[in-house]
Amino acid sequence: MSVSFLISQAKSVQKVIDENSAEIEVLDQKIGDGDHIFNIQRGLKLVVELEDSIKDLPLAKALNMIAMKVLSGIGGSSGALFGTFFMTMAKSPDLDKDVDFNKACEMIISGIKAMKERGKADVGEKTMMDVLIPVSEKLNELKNESEFKSGLSEVIKIAEERMLSTKDMLATKGRASFLGERAKGHIDPGARSSQLIIDTICKSVINN
Amino acid sequence: MKKFINNNDDFLKESLTGFGKAHSDIINVNLDPSFVSRKNKTKDGKVSLISGGGSGHEPMHGGFVGHGMLDAACPGFVFSAPTPDQMQAAAEHVDSGAGVLFIVKNYSGDIMNFQMGAEMYSGKNDSIVTNDDVAVEDSTFTTGRRGVAATVLVEKIVGSLAEHSGSLEECKKLGEKVNKNAGTMGVAFTSCTVPAAGKPTFDIGDDEMEFGVGIHGEPGRKREKIQPSKTIVGNILEAILDNLKPEKNEKNLLFVNGMGGTPLTELYLVYEDACQILQSKGVQVTKSLVGNYCTSLEMQGASITLLKCDDEILKHWDSPVHTAAMRWGM
Repeated sequence: MSVSFLISQAKSVQKVIDENSAEIEVLDQKIGDGDHIFNIQRGLKLVVELEDSIKDLPLAKALNMIAMKVLSGIGGSSGALFGTFFMTMAKSPDLDKDVDFNKACEMIISGIKAMKERGKADVGEKTMMDVLIPVSEKLNELKNESEFKSGLSEVIKIAEERMLSTKDMLATKGRASFLGERAKGHIDPGARSSQLIIDTICKSVINN
Repeated sequence: MKKFINNNDDFLKESLTGFGKAHSDIINVNLDPSFVSRKNKTKDGKVSLISGGGSGHEPMHGGFVGHGMLDAACPGFVFSAPTPDQMQAAAEHVDSGAGVLFIVKNYSGDIMNFQMGAEMYSGKNDSIVTNDDVAVEDSTFTTGRRGVAATVLVEKIVGSLAEHSGSLEECKKLGEKVNKNAGTMGVAFTSCTVPAAGKPTFDIGDDEMEFGVGIHGEPGRKREKIQPSKTIVGNILEAILDNLKPEKNEKNLLFVNGMGGTPLTELYLVYEDACQILQSKGVQVTKSLVGNYCTSLEMQGASITLLKCDDEILKHWDSPVHTAAMRWGM
């Protein structure tokens, strides 16, 4: 993981999220209040725009700037959760040394753990954590493998399955929780956007 | 979508700037990060009250900054929680050394962002969370009840205590009491349109209403055919009374709040219906508030809040207040 990797991933993710924005907006209007997609799009735009200010910075500083930008520029639950994710990654030890696959996995795992604590949500509550926690668990299995590309294909599969699994769940966290039974039958928009992010990044790592 | 808007990116900034100019005798508006604060510095020894939340609920919360109520308010984007840097900057700006009490409505995004703001602020601080909406069940399986219109009452009453030298602990305790003594439920006839979305948040038939609606147009208990005001008001009050169970001799404040698109004429009709129904049930109404205080953009609808009042609450409700949206006694 490097600063240029982060920038290029942010650009790819932005493209994919934009392509799927209408779908996510509709999902959020069904069970939320329709702001999720705008928050995610605004956050990605802000991060992509950071390119010139972070491209020559050390990784820890770049991650911190991304964290502060996400935290102050998005708002809502997404801002707090993704801000926490990047802030935690920035605090990882030895970021001045080479960040290999193992180290990158550990950073992502600790970031997701911090999101889980911030949002106090676990698997089965119809949120983005339904995708992120199983992904984090899989990365923990994979992190020591030298041949990790096939493992990443499994990560892609897990993210998709878990995203789809939110459809029949009752929400117990976030705004959808106020709907009770009426939230059933709709995929959680945060789970869908998280799955798209995982999908994009994993595919790009596999193809490089 | 028909709105007074130039472009979406500047929507909030332009509105806030106008708000600052229109009420320059009471408040200042800071941008980047955005917060509204009192024109005058917090007096030494006075606890500072800071609230905030997504925009689109005006006059809440910026309209409640001023003597006898809030010291600062942090507006987020429309219907999105404000960000921790706003809370941190507002706290640093207003804290006179007696500490900061954050007043937070119970929505996940607000809770998380205020929590982070509180962690980032190095001064003494504490928080209270309002959750007065009786429409959604309170159980261990949900985020809990939503914080809605009673937040206005909490801000007024705790604001008065802070003005009368209440400590941070005392302010928190009174805020929690007001929240616990209050129950709210709302109904919507139409949806609202978030400017960035450009279209209504939900579809609703001409003859339908959303019973138990939240302040972002998020659904409530059920979708029903519209009924005469007396029936709607009766159903809302039944839900609130079930929850609050006021004693016969207890004094109450009745608050009819407009969602933004319903005229005052109708809100006073709702108030009259509510008074009659409460009287028939032996519930004493001694204080009133009617108007658009906690809105959902242009949504047509109203919420009713009942607050059980003891002498302490009554005293702090009556005390002078001077804000953009609420003013009496001075």
